[in-house]
Amino acid sequence: MAVVVKTYEPKFWDRFYLPAILKGLAITLTRIFVRKDTILYPEHKHVPAPGYRGLHRLNKHADGRIKCVACEMCATACPSNCITIEPSAAPWDDGEERYPIKFEINLLRCIYCGFCELACPKDAIELTEVYDFANYTRDSLVIDMDGLLEVYEVTSQGSIYTRQNAGQPVKVAQQL
Amino acid sequence: MIDMFELLAIIIKVLVVFAGTLVGIMIMTLAERRVAGFIQYRLGPNRVGFGGMLQPIADGLKFFSKEDVIPGQANRPLFLLAPLAVMIPALMTFAVIPFGAPMEIAGRVVKLQVADINIGLLYILALTSIGVYGLVLAGWSAGSKYPQLGGLRSSAQLISYELAMGLAIIGVIMISGGLTLNQIIAYQQETGWNIWKQPIAAFIFLITIYAETNRLPFDLTEAEQELVGGYHTEYSAFKFAMFFLSEYANMITAAAFMVCLFFGGWDVPFIDEAALGGWGVLLSVASFLGKTAFFLFLYILVRWTLPRFRYDQLMRLGWKFLLPLALLNVFLTGLVLAVKG
Repeated sequence: MAVVVKTYEPKFWDRFYLPAILKGLAITLTRIFVRKDTILYPEHKHVPAPGYRGLHRLNKHADGRIKCVACEMCATACPSNCITIEPSAAPWDDGEERYPIKFEINLLRCIYCGFCELACPKDAIELTEVYDFANYTRDSLVIDMDGLLEVYEVTSQGSIYTRQNAGQPVKVAQQL
Repeated sequence: MIDMFELLAIIIKVLVVFAGTLVGIMIMTLAERRVAGFIQYRLGPNRVGFGGMLQPIADGLKFFSKEDVIPGQANRPLFLLAPLAVMIPALMTFAVIPFGAPMEIAGRVVKLQVADINIGLLYILALTSIGVYGLVLAGWSAGSKYPQLGGLRSSAQLISYELAMGLAIIGVIMISGGLTLNQIIAYQQETGWNIWKQPIAAFIFLITIYAETNRLPFDLTEAEQELVGGYHTEYSAFKFAMFFLSEYANMITAAAFMVCLFFGGWDVPFIDEAALGGWGVLLSVASFLGKTAFFLFLYILVRWTLPRFRYDQLMRLGWKFLLPLALLNVFLTGLVLAVKG
């Protein structure tokens, strides 16, 4: 079947370009009064959609115990090898035999793919919505277990950006 | 014997015009960035003092504190001369433009114009063309490819728009019968603005002042996407700022020139400024500033609307469209004047 190709025949006025130019000027002129998309960052922060993959956190049980059992499935699943776990025998006696004594994530190596989250059998590691954790040194961007648990404390009470935009100062991961 | 009153008046006028131009440039640099932002759904610079109002001062400080690099392959004297050759004519041009109705102080009439010379029109045309020499010099003396191409384009651009520009003005000179801007404005006060009598000339002139000031859609000499900034590629720090300032100074002058030629200068329609005394003067200055601001705004709007003309397209527009149109306009004007007698 033949395809009909639409050809553009310039009309008389098109040759002067002026109608088109005036139309263009009208468009840019009206855009001046359109609502702007800019978010004034430090004062007002973008709230990411649910499912956004940002800074990691380590979840806790309701009694405050860490959910992680140091199975190292996340570290195995990690494509960029950014998770370092040091397991140890658990001090508690309820079938969970291991727990981490060291849990480090190199945030600069991490590609925020979320595979660790998927691999975790205990829903212990999770990616949060936190995105503004830039810092000055490489060392400071290796987050340790205390930091990850602190992120949990801060982010488990609803979106921190919604709270920050409402004027409540929330600082994520103090030691970062 | 120099009249002390005259001298004082001239010094004050020079200072006012000079400071006014510089303030205008500052406002323009800020306005350009803010309006550009608004057009692109952004806010533009809004951090430096009072919602971004002090941004031009911050920019100026930055230019002062930057390292001033002179390339090794540059022709040093010419490289140093070029920014001056652009800046000085740019700041001088405004001298002949009347920015308000004549003022009466202590029984003496003071014209709100730095110099009322009898060939004001030619003076402006000459000085704006001299500015282009600066661009060509800058392009050539830097001794690198992109500036050279920019300088070449600048000279090619000059010959393609300047004829049409001159011919467009000839129409105005023919009907108003004078080369001084005061005469042209007085003529427009009597018989209405020239835009109604010379619409073709106004149209051509509007297009050519964009070429004259190297603004989009005719900024072939800068063309940052293809020529990396063109003639000022190798310039840095305050020398770059001088090019920048003179571009905006030229824009202000060109807009004011446009207002004087076709939109009655400081004339406020249906009002006799002379009868109102001091308020009339104030009103006329406000009217002049308002009209000039409108054309400056149009500059910005056009810049963020139209794409750049290609080199050959500019030539074709200048030689095959604007020049014949301008000649036709001169012919028609002559015809009408002859028939009217």
